[in-house]
Amino acid sequence: MTTDTLDTAAREALSSACAQVDDPQEHDAVDGVRPGLVVRPSDTDQVAEVMRASAAHGLTVVPRGRGTKLSWGTAPTSADVLLDLSALDRVLDHAAGDLIVATQAGALLADVQRTVGEGGQRLALDETVPGSTIGGVLGANTSGPRRTATGTARDLLIGITMVRADGVVAKAGGRVVKNVAGYDIGKLLIGSGGTLAVITDATFRLHPLPADHRWVAVPVDSPARALEVAQSVVHSQVVPAAVEVDWAGGSGSVSVLVEGRADGVAGRAAAVRALLGPDATESTAEPADGAAYPWDVTATGDGRSTALKLTCVLSGLAAVLAAADDTGVTVRGSAGSGVLYAALAPDTPLDEVRTALDRLRRACSDHGGTAVVVDSPVAVKAAVDVWGPIPALDLMRRVKDQFDPDHRLSPGRFVGGI
Amino acid sequence: MGDATQGTSTTSESSGLDSTGLDSTALDSSGLDSSGRIAAVAEVARRLLPDAGVITDRARLRTYECDGLAHYRVTPALVVIPQDAEQLAALVRACAEQAVPFVARGSGTGLSGGALPHAEGVLVVTSQMRAIREVRRDDQRAVVEPGVINLDVTKAATPVGYYYAPDPSSQQICSIGGNVAENSGGAHCLKYGFTTNHVLGADFVTPDGDTVSLGGAAPDSPGYDLLGAVVGSEGTLGIVTSATVRLVRLPEEVRTILVGFSSTDQAGAATSAIIAAGIVPAAIEMMDALAIEAAEAAVHCNYPDGAGAVLVIELDGAAIEVEQEYAEVRRLCDDHGAFEQRLATDPAERALIWKGRKSAFAAVGRISPDYIVQDGVIPRTALPEVLTAIAELSGSSGVRVANVFHAGDGNLHPLVLFDDEIDGAGEAAERVSGAILDLCIEHGGSITGEHGVGMDKSKYMPRMYTDEDLDTMQLVRCAFDPQNISNPGKVFPTPRLCGEVPGRHKGAHPLQEAGLAEVF
Ligand SMILES: Cc1cc2nc3c(=O)[nH]c(=O)nc-3n(C[C@H](O)[C@H](O)[C@H](O)COP(=O)(O)OP(=O)(O)OC[C@H]3O[C@@H](n4cnc5c(N)ncnc54)[C@H](O)[C@@H]3O)c2cc1C
Ligand SMILES: Cc1cc2nc3c(=O)[nH]c(=O)nc-3n(C[C@H](O)[C@H](O)[C@H](O)COP(=O)(O)OP(=O)(O)OC[C@H]3O[C@@H](n4cnc5c(N)ncnc54)[C@H](O)[C@@H]3O)c2cc1C
Repeated sequence: MTTDTLDTAAREALSSACAQVDDPQEHDAVDGVRPGLVVRPSDTDQVAEVMRASAAHGLTVVPRGRGTKLSWGTAPTSADVLLDLSALDRVLDHAAGDLIVATQAGALLADVQRTVGEGGQRLALDETVPGSTIGGVLGANTSGPRRTATGTARDLLIGITMVRADGVVAKAGGRVVKNVAGYDIGKLLIGSGGTLAVITDATFRLHPLPADHRWVAVPVDSPARALEVAQSVVHSQVVPAAVEVDWAGGSGSVSVLVEGRADGVAGRAAAVRALLGPDATESTAEPADGAAYPWDVTATGDGRSTALKLTCVLSGLAAVLAAADDTGVTVRGSAGSGVLYAALAPDTPLDEVRTALDRLRRACSDHGGTAVVVDSPVAVKAAVDVWGPIPALDLMRRVKDQFDPDHRLSPGRFVGGI
Repeated sequence: MGDATQGTSTTSESSGLDSTGLDSTALDSSGLDSSGRIAAVAEVARRLLPDAGVITDRARLRTYECDGLAHYRVTPALVVIPQDAEQLAALVRACAEQAVPFVARGSGTGLSGGALPHAEGVLVVTSQMRAIREVRRDDQRAVVEPGVINLDVTKAATPVGYYYAPDPSSQQICSIGGNVAENSGGAHCLKYGFTTNHVLGADFVTPDGDTVSLGGAAPDSPGYDLLGAVVGSEGTLGIVTSATVRLVRLPEEVRTILVGFSSTDQAGAATSAIIAAGIVPAAIEMMDALAIEAAEAAVHCNYPDGAGAVLVIELDGAAIEVEQEYAEVRRLCDDHGAFEQRLATDPAERALIWKGRKSAFAAVGRISPDYIVQDGVIPRTALPEVLTAIAELSGSSGVRVANVFHAGDGNLHPLVLFDDEIDGAGEAAERVSGAILDLCIEHGGSITGEHGVGMDKSKYMPRMYTDEDLDTMQLVRCAFDPQNISNPGKVFPTPRLCGEVPGRHKGAHPLQEAGLAEVF
């Protein structure tokens, strides 16, 4: 698939909107769709110019952070303009005393962490894919183990600047943690996969960096035992920062993270050990692969695993793990919050993928959750229902129609063909 | 407890608010005028609801004419009290068909006029929808109807070791539906977050009368986070008919400390030092000398003698952690000039410490006949500067201001004192109150941290947001409510509004007098 070469007028408009405009390279393809042009604006004003020029010429636009999760979701139906935000890479302001950080959307999460870390603080978002940008983390709504204690992007984002499809620059929220003036547009943009507006900067609340931490892990040999262990920890009063499960072929482990003040952590880890029994081991090292997804995030094209995000209520853990056993998927994720990731090998035949997805989806939906294919070879995306049933889809379409009436922003990438 | 504002006797000039957005004389496509359209909705309501659930009698309608901000009063054309979500949806559908505006109302404790009725509209009251449907300890969730009282969720969860974290001080009476609409906070949201962080799913009736489910019991529902937009939308996007909320494990240990300082500067510096030390207390609340004086007069809370400021600090969590944090907080307070520190060790002592703080607003009624409760936010580090500026404002205008606030997150509740009997005093107080909001905006803060925009602050929205920002918010409104019938005229400034006078209270709020709530 290739987007037709842009006409001269459109090209000129984009070139005068933005200093850096290039022809696409092979690696600029978005899940197989080759963009017409790659534009790399250097600030919000240029993003707005690009969006206005695109609007005037009816061009489709796909925003990109650094592209780590650009193949997530379904492939766009068109990508005239690949809007590369990597030049908006500055961490703008770390106000340590106020526990907030303001950053441009193209900044790397790792750079933000380094900046705020120097002040003894952190943005409580795990880096699940190395090299992710703030815009990409927000667009894809990624989260890791620590969500059990500190939540996800929606719990941390307090202000946002966006450029709309029509080129209008708007803000929502602000620089203070507590603020109920007006609608919380930031939440709408989180997880919107670049289909509603382009994020150009974001402000987050921060947490203090814990002085110490400890992982306590125990092997588990049945779904029921995994659930029992996870439940004993979440209902305890040790305040776990994370409760992770790692599962393959009928057995696995549950790992519990406690974070906090040095002396407190030792005592709390001991309390967790008491809960987990004699087989529990304690370590300061993350469990193998830590916050990483159970698939190779660097794989491309047909080398990609079929990557699934599975959610359920906490008591649904055993049922989902049992379904994983039935379907031969490996699972890793947060037993403490009910968000698990699973992977099927890249070469799994289509009908097996379909059967596995159905089985897993049933287990999740029986327990209040969903199963979504976040990434996979193109053939799999074409053959299965990537998203599953979406309640309130009509209302979502109406939101899309308001923000992007011509459907030019990342068309086709999102639920229901949005 | 029923209706929060029943019996409110505040005298105020007639506000002149007869319409909150729609033209009363406009004819819709069915050719009916406003009263004909209301009659059509009333007919549907009578078919659906028992007699007691349909109120058309003028005198009884007037019981609903205001919320907790008693200064604004509008008598609704019709009040309906559905018993379940299906009835509620059918009523909204009837409103949609007749293009009749509707306003949701929970317990009517809102402090920004959010539940102020529409003169040619229907008030949809959720007081008959008060079932706690499920308490699921294993999943750390509860499912509740919108009229459920906030504190009742905690009461239902406590036997299994859990509680519902957002704790507005109206929690004995305000509803979960109102909390969701206002994204309400409480003293403990410094550590635990606001309503938006604790509501994971909702059944929701759109302004078309369609029922949709938003979010869910499990996290991260695919698709746009519509629930995130609905929370805090002040009833302008539709009506919540059930909420799935997060339950939080009761902490192993709680320590509450009352600390006396000779000045707000010292107390502010201590607060900064605590945050800088990497401690996130469950709450840090501050009161200045005037607020302490009022609290002493009202509830004899026996706060430290001669204090220029007090902090109420609460630490909670794993016992071993709390113990160490406590030692450090004590030391930091000493370092910053604390002259007295009192630790509460049991619930009774804790309640005693909180009493002075919780009664502060009500108490101000003892030292001033009238007052305005302001709600603004600043970055916490700007506290000393802003408090100084407020003192200057107060000095130059002669209007006294008592300060009570959530010091941890910079949410100020200045109480602007005046005597309405004195010519021009009310206007002077309003000027000071507005100037305080300007200070908040200048320092990068917000015009409201928890009480909402409602009717009261819509005119300040353009000071905080550009036309483009507001226009972008309106895109969401248009997606949900193209007819503009769901609580129209609130949140966003419209030229039709008049009588925008900041909230005034005469003495203690009727709720406090009735012992039903303490103002935070
Ligand atoms: C060809 C190629 C080579 C690479 N080489 C390396 C390498 O050598 N070393 C290395 O560490 N990494 C490399 N990477 C990975 C890359 O550097 C990072 O992984 C990447 O920065 C992370 O992308 P992202 O997470 O920012 O989000 P993306 O994957 O870009 O975007 C995720 C989603 O969010 C949306 N989105 C992104 N930004 C915004 C925004 N501002 N507003 C609205 N929506 C937005 C997108 O449209 C998409 O739907 C490479 C990537 C590619 C494509
Ligand atoms: C004494 C006192 C103390 C207070 N302390 C605090 C405090 O500490 N923190 C704080 O945040 N607030 C506080 N408040 C303000 C108020 O209690 C909160 O805003 C509360 O959430 C309102 O709930 P309610 O049920 O009374 O809602 P109402 O006043 O009835 O309505 C408030 C808004 O919610 C909308 N609404 C109501 N139900 C629904 C529904 N089911 N679906 C959609 N929209 C709905 C209404 O249309 C209106 O816009 C206090 C108020 C008082 C009087």
